[in-house]
Amino acid sequence: MQRIDATIAVTGMNATDNPAPGVAVVRSLRHERSFAGRVIGLGYDALDPGFYAEGLLDGGSTLPFPSAGRDALFAHLCKIRSVFGVDALLPTLDSELHAVSTLADELKAQGIRTFVPTVESLERSTKAHLHELASHEGIRVPDSQPIQTVDALPGLIRAYGLPIMVKGVYYGGIVAHSEADAIHAFHHFVATWGVPVVVQRYVAGEEYNVAAIGDGHGSMIGAVAMRKLMITDKGKGWSGVTVGNPHLLAMTEAVVAALRWRGPIEVEFLRERESGELYVVEINPRFPAWIHLSTGAGQNLPFACAMLALGGDVPRPLPAYRVGTMFVRISLDQICDLSRFEQLSATGMLHLTKETP
Amino acid sequence: MHDLSRLRDLAVSDSGFVFDPMTGYTFTVNPTGLLVLQSLKRGDPVESIAQRLADEFELDGGEDVHRDIDEFLARLREHGIVR
Repeated sequence: MQRIDATIAVTGMNATDNPAPGVAVVRSLRHERSFAGRVIGLGYDALDPGFYAEGLLDGGSTLPFPSAGRDALFAHLCKIRSVFGVDALLPTLDSELHAVSTLADELKAQGIRTFVPTVESLERSTKAHLHELASHEGIRVPDSQPIQTVDALPGLIRAYGLPIMVKGVYYGGIVAHSEADAIHAFHHFVATWGVPVVVQRYVAGEEYNVAAIGDGHGSMIGAVAMRKLMITDKGKGWSGVTVGNPHLLAMTEAVVAALRWRGPIEVEFLRERESGELYVVEINPRFPAWIHLSTGAGQNLPFACAMLALGGDVPRPLPAYRVGTMFVRISLDQICDLSRFEQLSATGMLHLTKETP
Repeated sequence: MHDLSRLRDLAVSDSGFVFDPMTGYTFTVNPTGLLVLQSLKRGDPVESIAQRLADEFELDGGEDVHRDIDEFLARLREHGIVR
């Protein structure tokens, strides 16, 4: 077995009740026996829980907020490279993907490799463009339309019926049961995220999720499907189980091909209760927070992604996963020395192991 | 006629815990339900399932076993396991 000594930086160390995927990605890297490298956690707050997980990280750093722009991010990543000797970066948050994608060549020139989608793929995966995927064979999406003004709502309600889904362009969705509810939801999302607001035919059914990796040339390298067994009041999965529905994997493969997706992706599905048909309702350009389930089920997608970022090979396709593998998330209090918080607060850097590049 | 093809994929434990790998749903069945489910998975005809129920659960002959099996199949259909 090839020994991997690289240093990998992973973003998304926030792990509250709406957790980022970073901690799960790092756990998956640690799970791989051939991985003997170092992991540097990146987050946006000195109190991000992942920084305090025992045995998880070799170091860490807080990042400038995405609103600071790509130049600030690039400068900080170069600094992290010089401090920790980072060889690869695995971004795990939607808000980071655009900047990292545009910086990919510059980062590579600095010795930081990535495996992320192109800006064009990212744009085509957004809610505002999701309906365009329906023109591809093997992909079904609910009728939907991005709208700029509230005047467009009554016509869409007539076309799609009630209830109707009203979605923010970046985050959130509301099931509107009346025109008044839909108008209220429209204004809520305009005030929160701006336009467009996406209006979608409501599909009544069960939600399924697939995490996958695309190779950037239209092929899918691996994929794991699951159903959430318990969700929080924020709609986040708190437990789930892998499922073996081949139609979920086939439609994910079609999405990866249509977008020529490179890197991690999560495809959210609804299986319509009456017809049993699957619909793609959302695409997330990253691993989900439940991604460690893929590793537990025998298909370590985060490690495969790290290998691909480093320019290594992975088996194609990846080993099949075990259907019926469960995860149950847990909240626990971590005890640690104040010095961790001190380091991150005072310097923005966290050194947990002695080894330096 | 019932389409029982999906029954073959069900994971059924001896304790009566049932996992549907297509949907991720889990169920529990009692001992009589377990016997019926395992028999259906094997493709046994309803007549022989009714006879096995009568033999193994010492039925006194007053029960309408065929109706019970039909109701059980209806429940499986509700869950999309039998079509």
